Amino acid sequence: MTGAVSLAEVLVSALIVLGGAFALIGSWGLVRLPSLMERLHGPTKATTLGLGAMLVGSVAYFQLVEGKWTTHEMLISVFLFVTAPISANLIAKVHLHRLKQGQASEAVGPAGTPAPPAPGVDWATHEAPHEGTPGDLAED
Amino acid sequence: MIGYALGFGFAALGLALVLNLWRLFKGPGIADRILALDTMVINVIGIIVLAGIAGGEGTSFEAALLLAMVGFVGTVAYAKFLLRGDIIE
Repeated sequence: MTGAVSLAEVLVSALIVLGGAFALIGSWGLVRLPSLMERLHGPTKATTLGLGAMLVGSVAYFQLVEGKWTTHEMLISVFLFVTAPISANLIAKVHLHRLKQGQASEAVGPAGTPAPPAPGVDWATHEAPHEGTPGDLAED
Repeated sequence: MIGYALGFGFAALGLALVLNLWRLFKGPGIADRILALDTMVINVIGIIVLAGIAGGEGTSFEAALLLAMVGFVGTVAYAKFLLRGDIIE
């Protein structure tokens, strides 16, 4: 009995330490990386692996140590996994839009500056909705 | 043992919040500041989850879920306003 409890404690502790370490690494990357496109990379790891490990650790704690069955944490995890790429995409779009307008500067990092869009094609940042698409409200 | 792990987790998340604050004040562009705020919301959700484990009761997870939703909507509203000049067109 005590062996099973201590094994559960080891599992929960390892998950909590993993989650905290990855959250710290993600924020450290947010400070250290040179340009925004590379900085977007760090907090993504903190969201998926860091918070994911902490939430799984919470489920394991309440299941194995307290003996209560909870699934709220998985709800948070699923919600974050769905929304994190969307917000990262929107932040990248803001950066590209302001770069195009000359209101932001791009530090030269290992990845270099982003390539300009091909002639005749625009980055989909500040474009009006195309005709015939559902976003085109000014059709009349 | 879980107590030590929780202490490490709280310390790591607090340090992560300080690093995010540095990026929020320093950040050269406005996109950096939005990203820093988004990461701060993520770290605060982590702190709430750890506090739920430390308290031993599952009542704080509604707060974490609400913060996840509000943080996402806030980030999208910020980005949408900067991109289109309006939030809901």
